[in-house]
Amino acid sequence: MSDTDLLELEIENPVAPYLRQERLPHIWCPGCGIGTTVNCFARALTESGMNLDKVAIVSGIGCTGRVAGYLNLDSFHTTHGRAIPFATGLKLGNPDLKVVVYSGDGDLSAIGGNHLVHAARRNMDLMVVCVNNFTYGMTGGQVAPTTPIGATQTTMPYGNFENPFSLPFLADACGAVYVARWTVYHVKQLAKAMLEGLRKKGFVFIEALAPCPTLYSRRNRLGDGVDQLKYYKERSKIVNGADTKDVGLTFQGDIIVGKFVDRDRPTWLDAMNEHYSQHFGEKYVPYGVSHGQE
Amino acid sequence: MTLRGGRDGPPGDTEETLHADPKGVLTGIHFIDGDHAACEGALAAGCRFVAGYPITPSTEVVERFAARIPLVGGVFIQMEDEIASSIAILGGAWAGKKVMTVTSGPGLSLMMEHVGLAVITETPCVIVDVQRGGPSTGLPTLPAQADMMQAKWGSHGDYEIIALSPNSPQECFDLIVKAFNLAETYRVPVFFMMDEVVGHMTERVVIPAPEAIEIVERKWTQKKPGEYRVFQADDDMVPEMVKAGDGYRIHVTGLTHDDRGYPAMNPQAQDKLVTRLVNKIRANRDKLVDVREDGVEGADVVVVSFGITSRVAAAAVEAARHKGVKVGHLRLVITWPFPAKRIKELAGRAKAFVVPELNMGQMVLEVERAVAGKAAVISVPHAGGTVHEPETILTRIMEAAQ
Ligand SMILES: Cc1ncc(C[n+]2csc(CCOP(=O)(O)OP(=O)(O)O)c2C)c(N)n1
Ligand code: SF4
Ligand SMILES: [Mg+2]
Repeated sequence: MSDTDLLELEIENPVAPYLRQERLPHIWCPGCGIGTTVNCFARALTESGMNLDKVAIVSGIGCTGRVAGYLNLDSFHTTHGRAIPFATGLKLGNPDLKVVVYSGDGDLSAIGGNHLVHAARRNMDLMVVCVNNFTYGMTGGQVAPTTPIGATQTTMPYGNFENPFSLPFLADACGAVYVARWTVYHVKQLAKAMLEGLRKKGFVFIEALAPCPTLYSRRNRLGDGVDQLKYYKERSKIVNGADTKDVGLTFQGDIIVGKFVDRDRPTWLDAMNEHYSQHFGEKYVPYGVSHGQE
Repeated sequence: MTLRGGRDGPPGDTEETLHADPKGVLTGIHFIDGDHAACEGALAAGCRFVAGYPITPSTEVVERFAARIPLVGGVFIQMEDEIASSIAILGGAWAGKKVMTVTSGPGLSLMMEHVGLAVITETPCVIVDVQRGGPSTGLPTLPAQADMMQAKWGSHGDYEIIALSPNSPQECFDLIVKAFNLAETYRVPVFFMMDEVVGHMTERVVIPAPEAIEIVERKWTQKKPGEYRVFQADDDMVPEMVKAGDGYRIHVTGLTHDDRGYPAMNPQAQDKLVTRLVNKIRANRDKLVDVREDGVEGADVVVVSFGITSRVAAAAVEAARHKGVKVGHLRLVITWPFPAKRIKELAGRAKAFVVPELNMGQMVLEVERAVAGKAAVISVPHAGGTVHEPETILTRIMEAAQ
């Protein structure tokens, strides 16, 4: 494509208003799936009709961690693995904000794993988008807690022998009220899940499978980004309401996608307000009651 | 309110004093320990969000905060660890709250990455460290002053912070208010370096009326979105702040960044940012000095101390005076930045400095640097677990006076 073609594409791009135009071009490689998820997110924001001044986005560190910096929202690029506790402070500091955490599989489930499980347990009112490319993209393709057994990574040069996490199962078990998995082939469904996530109160976990052609695909001789999309298309099975025990992934095996969990329980702040209202009676002034659900 | 900036005038033009919000102030005479007093001071200073993780001997600070905050209006959350606590407060600060976390040695070690994040994102916060014996788990229930260098240098990269050392429950109250005010003025993490003895000793603490407690408000911008740049500094080198949700659509990153907050990966941006971060404290060193002097002018020997050790040292100084030694006592209230200029002035006149501290010799290195060979510098180290015997310090004063 020539530069002028690209320019025209950009002008027509309906997500452009959601991006910090002055920061483009972005750093992501051709064929990388992260940008597709951002597209879906921008669409979800449009559909939500939310006041975007009240939506904040928090990322950790990694290729996916750069998402916060490209979105035209109040955006925070924090430290590796710690987006969730930063977001927790942001939400508790101003409950009127809708706080979205957007980060990579390594960031959220390895170094940040402890925060993920506790935020889900507490039902902290956060929407977490986890871009799972089965690898540590930013640092050059090392093994991640999501890398399927058998896939080769720079620090598993003879193939991975460690058992990976099934992230939806983990989030479900820890108490997330909304859990879904889609791939970047399923753009409509992913955008819809993000929309539902934005509207949901409580801890939302959305796993977005996305190709990392530069490191994961190439090292495993899986072709380019398009080949990964073909794989997603051919091997994905939509099973809404699937038991998350059954959605584990294997190397180039079947992918169960869908909305797995959608339930309600009090958020941390609701529980606190409810409890203190009972304990202190009239003396207690409920703290920040609108929860960003304007 | 110390209102600076704004459309009407240059920084520092409009000064108006803001006083403590009465809701957080437990005015009266109390008999409480330093941990509890620090909590009351934080509430009086306007702290409304604390994230913490229990660790002896600091836990009473967060326990009291958890008990007090529901009716004051704010939030306490016990996080899953100190890494989480130390970044949750930064989120709370960008949501507009005055924030604090509280810990002791092992927890302080875990917080170090976020000291750096607070520095580079210029996020006002107070980190309370009730020091205990180390290294590692060390002496959980016994005192030390061995985290002084960690407070100054513990996170990677170059930066400056502010640290204060209270020596009584009353000072735990008074000085933590000052710590919050300094955090807001300079937009840096401020360390509140207590120790187990100060934390657990119970004394009379007078909490003044709210009108008598001066509070520094955050340096909020008066600029409109579009005119405002999140890291554009004024003449005082401190940028104006906004909070998430105000419509400014800010970007805040731990990467080296430009005035807009956007990553800028080049030596020029690094030089500009790091130089300013360091200079906004260094240029104000003289303003930040807070030493309490007793008989220092004309003294042959000057004892330099801080925190709980200053109370033991005071007894040794008295005893030495009875023996006819001309000895002065200089107590560091603000330990970082170090008052090198004052020590240097005295170095020309006193012949020796005696530096007792509950560590193997940390602040004494700063004294040596300031004295620069113009007088003898005598370290009185102590590995911690208890305070010095006054006689130990007295012996060194007598030697120094020879
Ligand atoms: C404390 C710390 N340890 C290690 C790193 C180096 N690091 C940066 S990103 C990253 C992994 C990113 O992987 P993932 O979260 O999956 O994001 P991706 O790049 O794949 O989108 C690592 C290990 C760091 N920045 N900080
Ligand atoms: S390294 Fe992988 S994850 Fe990172 S931008 Fe390139 S393709 Fe995307
Ligand atoms: Mg990854």
